[in-house]
Amino acid sequence: MRRASYVVLAALAGGCASAGARQASKPTPQAAQAAESSSTERAQYPSSYRRHPNPPVVIRNATIMTATGQEIANGSLLMKDGKIVAIGKSVDAPADAAVVDGTGKYVTPGLIDDHSHLGVYAAPGTDAESDGNEATNPVTAEVWAEHSFWPQDPQIPLAIAGGITTIQALPGSANLIGGRSAILKLIPARTVQEMKFPGARYGLKMACGENPKRVYHSRGPSTRMGNMAGYREAFSQAESYRRRWDKWHKDHQGDPPERNLRLETLAEVLRGNIYVQNHCYRADEMAQMLDLAHEFGFKIRSFHHAVEAYKIADLLAREGTSVSVWADWWGFKEEAMDGIHENAALNQAAGGRPLIHSDSPSGIQRLNQEAAKAMYYGQRSGIPVTREQALRWITANPAWALGLDSVVGTLEPGKMADVVVWSGDPFSVYGKAVQVYNDGWLVYDRNDPAHQPRTDFELGQTPPPGSDR
Amino acid sequence: MIALLLAQTIAITGGTVYPVSGPKMENATVLIRDGRITAVGPAVTVPGDATRIDARGKWVTPGLIDGGTQLGLTEISAVNATNEGALRGSDVAAAFNVAEGINPASTLIPVTRVEGVTTTLAAPASGWISGQAVLIDLDGATIEQMLVRSPVGMLVDLSEGSKSAGGGSRAGVAQRLRRVFSDALEYSRRRTEYTRAQMQQLAAPAADLEALLPVLRGQEPLIAFANRRSDMETALRIGREFKLKLILAGAQEGWMIAPELAAAGVPVLVQPLDNIPSYDALGVRYENAAVLAKGGVKVALLETDTHNARDLRQQAGNAVSYGMAWDQALRAVTLAPAEIFGVGDRYGSLDAGKVANVVVWSGDPFEFTTAVEHVLIRGREIPLKSRQTELFERYKTLPPKY
Repeated sequence: MRRASYVVLAALAGGCASAGARQASKPTPQAAQAAESSSTERAQYPSSYRRHPNPPVVIRNATIMTATGQEIANGSLLMKDGKIVAIGKSVDAPADAAVVDGTGKYVTPGLIDDHSHLGVYAAPGTDAESDGNEATNPVTAEVWAEHSFWPQDPQIPLAIAGGITTIQALPGSANLIGGRSAILKLIPARTVQEMKFPGARYGLKMACGENPKRVYHSRGPSTRMGNMAGYREAFSQAESYRRRWDKWHKDHQGDPPERNLRLETLAEVLRGNIYVQNHCYRADEMAQMLDLAHEFGFKIRSFHHAVEAYKIADLLAREGTSVSVWADWWGFKEEAMDGIHENAALNQAAGGRPLIHSDSPSGIQRLNQEAAKAMYYGQRSGIPVTREQALRWITANPAWALGLDSVVGTLEPGKMADVVVWSGDPFSVYGKAVQVYNDGWLVYDRNDPAHQPRTDFELGQTPPPGSDR
Repeated sequence: MIALLLAQTIAITGGTVYPVSGPKMENATVLIRDGRITAVGPAVTVPGDATRIDARGKWVTPGLIDGGTQLGLTEISAVNATNEGALRGSDVAAAFNVAEGINPASTLIPVTRVEGVTTTLAAPASGWISGQAVLIDLDGATIEQMLVRSPVGMLVDLSEGSKSAGGGSRAGVAQRLRRVFSDALEYSRRRTEYTRAQMQQLAAPAADLEALLPVLRGQEPLIAFANRRSDMETALRIGREFKLKLILAGAQEGWMIAPELAAAGVPVLVQPLDNIPSYDALGVRYENAAVLAKGGVKVALLETDTHNARDLRQQAGNAVSYGMAWDQALRAVTLAPAEIFGVGDRYGSLDAGKVANVVVWSGDPFEFTTAVEHVLIRGREIPLKSRQTELFERYKTLPPKY
């Protein structure tokens, strides 16, 4: 029993070593055992996501941008039971399929933003809804973003209307180690559990540089070297915590070690089950963080913001760490002074894995435009970036950063039917998402108020559907 | 040397010219001499000594004007040592004119102008009656050389952000503003008594009351920042009471009262991509600019992120995407802001006699595919270089050469 429970915990936190997502663990019938088992043996805040039942949909005569290397003119795409079934010049569709005329339209995978604070810094932006930074201790690995997430955040439908189908909702960057992220299907829901991407592994938010040392200036850390000491201290404790638990799981001698939520999350990082998502601007600091990861034997999955990633694009490519960047943000603080338009393109050219993130409830509504800016600036500066690569910056690459690239991020048969239909070229300023399918469910239709979800918050106080707020 | 530069004649030839003041002209020439436009049209004779810029296949427009920035007044937002736009101490800072805080050497200036934005408003950043904004061209070694007009207007914040100025209530803000205005008028009538200290205490120091007089005489606009419909209507009400020349900025719920704004002849400055609801403006929406323009309101578009004022063209493109006519959007980033800021006679269109702020684009200025090919400010061709282009050159091949 106890041995089995460890497997449950590991699976929930992402026990599989490969990059794919797994099926959500089934909550075990546990009520009867509750009296004698311990908390670690029970399901930990499981996903209750269920696919919305839908008829099959076939989109015909559209330009299909698959994010796998090809753009199919006058192509068709069939989705059924939440999966992409077929893509090609001509596709056979069942008789009951809804037919979407894609003439003049473009089709892409659902967009993925691996850096969002939707739901944790919800609109209308009051202190009452400010739930993103547990700024009470520089290391709060024990907090989980999903426990802050408000599904009625009115920013969610706005992001859906921008073609977003999956987000990573992160804790803020006040802390050295800010807590676990939530990987969510961006759909209307009553609870965050209904949005949790089944089988997705957690991310751990870490932050370099100015923010932690500013927030904790009086108690420390107050310097970058203090930041480094803080990470090392935490992971060194986690190392011994992991040893104690692993030993106990192996031999079951005596009572289990005392549970420590902070170290439990960090131990999962050391086991490779939780991905590190690291807010870090400067090139020299990213290099320090890579050394930290080597010291403790974990991988940094993505550097976020990374405005200086282009300075060490070779190192980042070698390390296999992706970079989550903006197209053009710069200058709002000292460590952001060296941002340039070509950041994503230079990392692409160096063999790295760039992606465009938003970190903004406004920017998340137009990730396609930001990718377009980064692509065209790169091209104008002589860097050979393709449309397919730029599309991957907002689909397949963020899917990889979240460990979901075998499930979402491209249009391929068998993948989850996260699909966006655009009014025109999504890399044009005039292109808009007209239909958004999430797991085959039409969650947004620009031309049909019946498919323009509104949160409870909006009822009676913001403009009605059809107004394209 | 300066005389030689001034005497330079430049001819931008063969492009599709969007003068803004009139319909576009194919295969037209823009002739520039001594920093001014001297002729525009398809049949302009180019003098033999003119430097030619071949604009065949290109689009030629006036330089873009952004009325939403702190350009020149900030270098790094989070580093106070580099910020000059906010006057701390008093929430009534009417006498505060930002001009002498401008840093002509700011790295933001080249970063912005190489993207086609040639003129910006430098506005005070905080406070209630925040002070006086000035208009600058993004070229020049000294403040004097950069200044286009000073002051352009007096900023007052009537949004949620300045409720503390009225004791925590919007009503308090409105009442206090009336008191400050009334005291300014009273002060102007009774200067002698004021000097002899024979007046009761006024709502603001004399220098600030003095600075408000051009506003109260209708000579200088009051730029009222307000987003909620009721706050904009308060601004209109106070504007009528004191016969003010009013400009509304922010105006997120402006679409709700477009006819009222059009009837009052009040222009608005809006950021098209504002749509995140707050209690200050739950009705904020992407179609705001389009609805206002269609309702006959004079609209200027903003990009309020100072470091990315260059994204003004993306803002304009999105305004078009959400219903604004393309021609109106171009006007809203050129001639409309020039007129609103009182320089429509010198800026904002390609017409003989106007200051030669001109941009040559590879295509539609609002599209991401489009590159800026030439930027002229006051007739000087600007090198398309910035700190960012230098960083790129240094790091485009690794390892860099230091």
